[in-house]
Amino acid sequence: MSSSAYLTIRDLTLSYGASVAVAGLNFEVANGEFVSLLGPSGCGKTTTMRAIAGLLQPSAGRIFLGGEDITRVPPNKRDIGLVFQSYALFPHLSVFDNVAFGLKLKGMRGGELTRLVDEALASVGLTGYAKRLPKELSGGQQQRVALARSIVVRPRLLLLDEPLSNLDARLRVEMRAELGRLQRDLKLTMIYVTHDQSEALALSDRVVVMNKGRIEQVGSPGDIYERPQTAFVAQFMGFENIVTVQAGRACGRDGALSDIAMDVPFTTLAWRPAAVVLGGGPIPGTIRAAAYLGQSIEYLVDTPLGIIKAETPASAGRVSLGSEVRIDLPLEKAASFA
Amino acid sequence: MKLIGRTLLVAQLLFLIGPLLLLALTALSAGETLEFPPDGLSLRWMARVFEIESFRASFMTSLLVAVASTVFSLLLGLPAAYAFSRYTVPFGEAIRLFLSSPIIVPGIVVGLALLDFVVVPFALDPIGALLVAHTALLIPYSVRVVGASLAGLRVDIEEAAVLLGSTRLGAFRSVVLPNIQNGVMAAAVLGFITSFNQVPVSLFLTGPGVSTLPIDMLAYVEATFDPSMAALSVMLAVLSLIIVFATERLLGLSKYV
Repeated sequence: MSSSAYLTIRDLTLSYGASVAVAGLNFEVANGEFVSLLGPSGCGKTTTMRAIAGLLQPSAGRIFLGGEDITRVPPNKRDIGLVFQSYALFPHLSVFDNVAFGLKLKGMRGGELTRLVDEALASVGLTGYAKRLPKELSGGQQQRVALARSIVVRPRLLLLDEPLSNLDARLRVEMRAELGRLQRDLKLTMIYVTHDQSEALALSDRVVVMNKGRIEQVGSPGDIYERPQTAFVAQFMGFENIVTVQAGRACGRDGALSDIAMDVPFTTLAWRPAAVVLGGGPIPGTIRAAAYLGQSIEYLVDTPLGIIKAETPASAGRVSLGSEVRIDLPLEKAASFA
Repeated sequence: MKLIGRTLLVAQLLFLIGPLLLLALTALSAGETLEFPPDGLSLRWMARVFEIESFRASFMTSLLVAVASTVFSLLLGLPAAYAFSRYTVPFGEAIRLFLSSPIIVPGIVVGLALLDFVVVPFALDPIGALLVAHTALLIPYSVRVVGASLAGLRVDIEEAAVLLGSTRLGAFRSVVLPNIQNGVMAAAVLGFITSFNQVPVSLFLTGPGVSTLPIDMLAYVEATFDPSMAALSVMLAVLSLIIVFATERLLGLSKYV
């Protein structure tokens, strides 16, 4: 355990019968850090989060929080907050009573209770909504109540489970900014579970990319976005054209060596569609499909290396379907890994 | 088309409510026997019902049995409904079916079986026997009706309560129970009415000196053929209607049944 670690996950494993949801996970979170668990559905990120909260008991491994082993501590004694994807507001209680729930359990009453709840509601922009019932609020407002309910008790760690996925695009951006502000103001340590790269990149100090119950890569948003270390992370971050290389030559779509030379020590290379040069280069191809995306046009090019996706600025004009083109995959723009 | 629809509707309502209306009219008869059309109108049979001593005793028995078995069936049925809705219970389907069996198996069979295998071997007195039988009969209702309202409640609100510091039991009390209280009330009303009107099972279990109201009425009708029986029936029907109507208005009973 390094000295800066506030939360330490060590060899965390959760299995149900024969199926393993999370296999030997290790990572650390520093005090006040904002870390995202990023991955597709079923990758184990939610399971991991629920184990940290104590809602699931790990089959093996340990969880430390603030130096204390909390693996066997029951969830109601962990002081860990969780904002649920579905908000999980208490439907029979007013906004005020929802937010006051945790404080009342700590024995708080009267003026102090009112002051803290009002403060929490103000911090999420819901002053004046205290008497409403959850069903009288919009989705965005319910989400804010859920957030206020979790932060008012000052948890040692705040977990957020896809908190923005039920909101529309405009609200999502707004709430994202607000989450960032709250985290800085309250100096909360947060773990944010999401399948949305842009959310993870925009909010996090560090991102933990998960796939099939294992960690693929841990790094800063810049690291993850620019320097993916596995084919999975590359693909997830938009390096959609993946080419394997053997003995200095690129492999074709059937896995056989093509005659296209790539003199690199790596075995796998990946390019974003925008990095593919269309109109000049060593690789011949045929345009199979084109999609106008506004700023740019996306082409699917049939090449000896398989279908390559290329994106060119819309201002560069349009290449017609079926035309023979040549493309280049510039090595300096490739992500590379073993 | 509209006319045909209306006609059918009226015919249907007459078919359902007609007999009750006829009964109500005979109950108001001034004559000595149960007949239609009634021989003049009076309230004397309505009043007469309250003078029959055994009806008063059996009414109290029915009331006691209905209230107690409703409470017992909820105490047993609520945890079962909770377990079914929140956990994957081994052999869940089979257990659920088994719990429903008292309403699927004919009452006569249930009554006879209870008499042979429970009441006689354990030497239960009639009140004890009725309580056991009615509790078993009402469990399917409480499991289903409470289960329906639990199904509409998110599991994660309990987890939210626990993470805010609640115990599991505390979370059940503070966030589950308040949200299913309508379902629990509906199950109670349904259970009470079912127990109060129960005949086939009770028939085997009532003994000398102890009878429920419907059984007592059955015995009375076999011996005497005066309009007091119609009067009592109408009063019971009206009582049931009031309870159901009030519950529907307050809780929306039809959501659960």
